[in-house]
Amino acid sequence: MADTTTSTVALEETKAIDTKVDCRNINVFYGAKQAIFDVSMAIPSRSVTAFIGPSGCGKSTFLRCINRMNDTIESARVEGEVIIDGEDVNSAAVDPVLLRSRVGMVFQKPNPFPKTIYDNIAYGPRIHGLARSRDDLDEIVQNSLMRAGLWEEVKERLAEPGTGLSGGQQQRLCIARAIAVSPEVILMDEPCSALDPIATAKIEELIDELRERFCIVIVTHSMQQAARVSQRTAFFHLGKLVEVGDTEHIFTNPTDNRTQDYITGRFG
Amino acid sequence: MPELPGPLSFDDPEALARLKKRHAAERRFKFYGRLAISFALLFLGLLVVSIGSQAVAAFSHNKVVFHLPLEADLVAPNGPGDPAAVAENISGFYQLVREDLLATFPEAGETAARTRELNGLVTRLAVIPMARETSEHLDRLGETYRYRAPLSDDLDLYLKGKVAPEIDLRLDEITRVVRVRVGEGVEAVERLRLESASDFSVLREAMQRADTAMAEAGPDAGYSILLQHGANLVRLVPGETGETGETLFFEPLTGIPANLAGARPTARLILLPESARNVTDRQVAWTLALAEQGRIRSGLNWSLLTNADSTYPEIAGVLAAIVGSLFTMLVTSMIAIPIGVFAALYLEEYAPKNRVTDFIEVNINNLAAVPSIVFGLLGAAVFLNLLALPRSAPLVGGLVLGLLTLPTVIIASRAALRAVPPSIRSAALGLGASKTQTVFHHVLPLAAPGIMTGAIIGMARALGETAPLLLIGMVAFVAEVPSGPTDEATALPVLIYKWSTGAERAWEPNTAAAILVLLTFMVVMNAIAVFLRRRFERRW
Repeated sequence: MADTTTSTVALEETKAIDTKVDCRNINVFYGAKQAIFDVSMAIPSRSVTAFIGPSGCGKSTFLRCINRMNDTIESARVEGEVIIDGEDVNSAAVDPVLLRSRVGMVFQKPNPFPKTIYDNIAYGPRIHGLARSRDDLDEIVQNSLMRAGLWEEVKERLAEPGTGLSGGQQQRLCIARAIAVSPEVILMDEPCSALDPIATAKIEELIDELRERFCIVIVTHSMQQAARVSQRTAFFHLGKLVEVGDTEHIFTNPTDNRTQDYITGRFG
Repeated sequence: MPELPGPLSFDDPEALARLKKRHAAERRFKFYGRLAISFALLFLGLLVVSIGSQAVAAFSHNKVVFHLPLEADLVAPNGPGDPAAVAENISGFYQLVREDLLATFPEAGETAARTRELNGLVTRLAVIPMARETSEHLDRLGETYRYRAPLSDDLDLYLKGKVAPEIDLRLDEITRVVRVRVGEGVEAVERLRLESASDFSVLREAMQRADTAMAEAGPDAGYSILLQHGANLVRLVPGETGETGETLFFEPLTGIPANLAGARPTARLILLPESARNVTDRQVAWTLALAEQGRIRSGLNWSLLTNADSTYPEIAGVLAAIVGSLFTMLVTSMIAIPIGVFAALYLEEYAPKNRVTDFIEVNINNLAAVPSIVFGLLGAAVFLNLLALPRSAPLVGGLVLGLLTLPTVIIASRAALRAVPPSIRSAALGLGASKTQTVFHHVLPLAAPGIMTGAIIGMARALGETAPLLLIGMVAFVAEVPSGPTDEATALPVLIYKWSTGAERAWEPNTAAAILVLLTFMVVMNAIAVFLRRRFERRW
């Protein structure tokens, strides 16, 4: 009963906001096991949407539906529509390669390529043919690193391996790498879970700056983080979307008891 | 609810006893470990020492120095315009050698058998390098050619002390050398009776000891005694002791026996009867005389590395086998590495996980355990009989060894690919790289050191394989260095096998030396594998 209500709430809100990604009736199965149950949600552009919920509730799985990373898992099957700019990303007309150039992703553990800092950033533009000349590429690398707030720290050592940076720097390098292909949406799957508080603060600051230009979706275990960085929050529980709304609203006056219980730390 | 036990005190006797037992177990285990490693090292050391000590005899070789006049009509039968005929004119060059030997030891001319015995000092094929070189410099016809011919293998071994134990004694001064005739009528032979100040007391004593030792050793045992002074050698005639049973009779071997008078000769007791050796007393005497004349030089046996195989151990070398092995490895690597790596890439990165791929995986593992001789049979049946590829060729050997190495390469490559962290794949895919871009830009470069290591170790194994090569005919006698993968060839391990079955004693050090060459190749390949792993291993 509660599910129906939340779906309605989500649909009503869709009209009110400037939707970038519209997810409709998403079901995800891992083999015979269903991981996501009929989730519909609109994700607004130029803002940060946080997915919260206890471990194993399906928030990462749902996130990965948006750039079809679930395709890489053999047993995974996705049903439903994810509409970006009027196009269903699951349709045959959309190639995941192109989709992922428009929907970037940052992972839980910093995963720079074991290449130079420069090549880490330049890899995406190179494979997508975004730079016409060496100068173009240099500019993209510099802009991306600047936007990721890493330029000042690494400009002298672009030829050094990206794996030699600190954890926080590596994660910002990964964000810069995602930015470099000019995506519209950036998905972040617990980007700070492997970082210390100072590095986390830097990333959060960065996320706040990035929302000026990108639609950001972040999965986080930290409710404080969700409260700090996001404008909208979605609470998942057992593969179902329990509640989605303005962050302020969710944290101060949740509609659902389960949300209330989770954010007050009664379970999860 | 039962009470939980309280904390253990530091001096609890039971706990201390248990602790003692635990420590003892740990010490025991460490001891067993050290024992096992010591055993392994001991056997490795034994192997290396035994092969090395045997091979030492093959590293140097004694050569006879000749100064041969290159007589044009003998050396170049078709005139100086035909270098090919000169290069092939082995009998002409050998005649030069024989004539020189006969001039040095004219006593060998008495009978044809004795001349043959003398010719045994240098084998016929030993003149091949001289013939080749002369054919390239035909302007030197008529000049004197200084040539070092390898001494016959058995005599070389004699000089190295490997034929039989020998006792050398310095005798007292010989006062007189008397020519006597021993025997009756036509059977009478000329002998030498030597007179010594002490009547050979030292020699007689040594003979008695030798006689006692030989009596224990069996009826076939025996010895020879040679007396040498400079280039003059005589031999004690066994069984003839004169009427009084006390006189020692000698027979001349080479040089001028009369020169022994007034000298203190060396007596050489060779503690093996002539019939049990491949070298006769006379050949030993000639060799010693040549050495005395400064015509025998010991030098590094480079020909072991630069010559092809031969029926004569002194001129046999491993070069043809090395080249054969290299051609074989070339074909093997061209089969095993690309196919193996791409098969592994497909199975690891692209193939769906289902029953078919499971079945394939199990069978690849099984294939890796198939005895190599089975691959040899397969090669003989398919490549030789069905496809009619040339027999004894590195091409076929390489194909067979390639099939043999393939599972190893696939397994090693898959392990290397699996070791690439999935986060790298996610990163590339997340950026919009296609599957193939992800694999070739990121996964394969990261797995490359592991793949190369596996491939090189697989190749090193293939390099040492013998059985499959025997079955496809690579055991053939190959006296020419192969010039391509379809030429007749043999491989190092097969050559080792062949040499080890050689009848002559000299094959033994040669075999050990060839084993060292093979081991060197293996060590080098493994070193390259280690180097690649160290150099290109990336951490993330």
